[in-house]
Amino acid sequence: MKPRRNSGYFKAILAIAWKDLAAELRSRELLSAMLVFALLVILIFNFALELDPGTRRIATPGILWTTFAFAGTLGLNRSMAIEKDRGCLDGLLLAPVDRSAIYFGKLLSNLVFMLIVETIVLPVYSVLYNLNLFVPGLIGIILLGSFGYVAVGTLLSSMAVQTRTRDVLLPILLFPVVIPVLVAAVKASAGFLEGIAFAEILPWLNILLVYDVVFTAIAFMVYEFVVEE
Amino acid sequence: MKAQPLVLKIMNVASGLLLAGSLAMVFLYAPLEAVMNHVQKIFYFHISNAWVGMLGFIVAAFAGIMFLVKKDLKWDIVEVAAVEISLVFFLIAIVTGSIWARPSWGTWWTWDARLTTAAILEMVYLAYMLLRQGIEDPDRRARFGAVYTLIGGISVPITFVSIRLWQTIHPAIIGTESASAQGGFAMAPAMLQTMFFCLFAFSVIFATLLWHRVRLGRLAQQVELQKLEAMQ
Repeated sequence: MKPRRNSGYFKAILAIAWKDLAAELRSRELLSAMLVFALLVILIFNFALELDPGTRRIATPGILWTTFAFAGTLGLNRSMAIEKDRGCLDGLLLAPVDRSAIYFGKLLSNLVFMLIVETIVLPVYSVLYNLNLFVPGLIGIILLGSFGYVAVGTLLSSMAVQTRTRDVLLPILLFPVVIPVLVAAVKASAGFLEGIAFAEILPWLNILLVYDVVFTAIAFMVYEFVVEE
Repeated sequence: MKAQPLVLKIMNVASGLLLAGSLAMVFLYAPLEAVMNHVQKIFYFHISNAWVGMLGFIVAAFAGIMFLVKKDLKWDIVEVAAVEISLVFFLIAIVTGSIWARPSWGTWWTWDARLTTAAILEMVYLAYMLLRQGIEDPDRRARFGAVYTLIGGISVPITFVSIRLWQTIHPAIIGTESASAQGGFAMAPAMLQTMFFCLFAFSVIFATLLWHRVRLGRLAQQVELQKLEAMQ
């Protein structure tokens, strides 16, 4: 009996994520908005910081993560707003699966959206600023950092869409609690880009890992309180 | 609503007396610090405010967990009361800290671990207030509030650790050798006594305010209920 239930749980997660990806494949409204916004942020940074080669080397990790964080809130907001507006969330809640399956499904699709945006932004940034960003360590940090960001972001965006001030609320709720991810990701990215010894980057990696595990566990436990009707 | 219970009335008076007492101890009893002179006196109220601020946020996180477990709205009233009071006390701690930092470090603010974490902590609970404002349904407001205090309560220590990895210059008053290099100082017994008296006084003031705020919260809940009845 038990294995069957487990496989149903994972199937539900994949089904929810697949639903989001298929819808996005047809409309492309979320990804295009995130991408254009991300490129605009990079453009603005270019003028705001006067990115000459010296500044670039120091500022790149910060610019990248600021861009990801801003574009990320846009995507998280939209992805939950779609569920709420068309009453899809109520439909999902009627499904005979554990509520946390909805959370993990949304987490998965949000993560995929964010990674797609990042895989496009990185090469563009490399070309625009003549920097090699294809460092294996950096890719790992981007995976870990994006996961932590989306883990908390999915939970908080589920809360934010159910409030009156939903469009402005998500970044206000999300940024103060996601600071450890941003701090650690920026520091670790800088470490990998400058080729610092791995032992010095390790503490930041640990923070990212701890944050990812702790907040996924918390979201798993409290998600049913967030979508209760 | 019943009149204030006797214990609360006693606490009202005690809070006033203790506040006056701690002022007297700070200015008349505690000796002048050798290097910083009068500037150091702000330390007693700074540390008391910071302590009460932290205490309130811990009470709020506890109340949040209790609400999620018991589903009783009385815990929600305690939670929001603790957060509201702590927001004010913690802001005072940040401001008094800045006033102290200006003559001691030569700057109002530095991006040190404790200062930055304090600022972020304040932001987390401001976000909490904004979240509550946007929700009308009392039950949902309570659930979301409890979830957010839980997330905030866990993320703030991780934030502290992550910022701590940078060098910190906030003086750790007790038991560090390099304290004087950072603007810290050794404490004379009279200073210690004053500090503990202030901590006690502010704890009583906090408890009194919390009680009043919880009573206010219950009144607000009754008003909301009566409004709903009137509409039906």
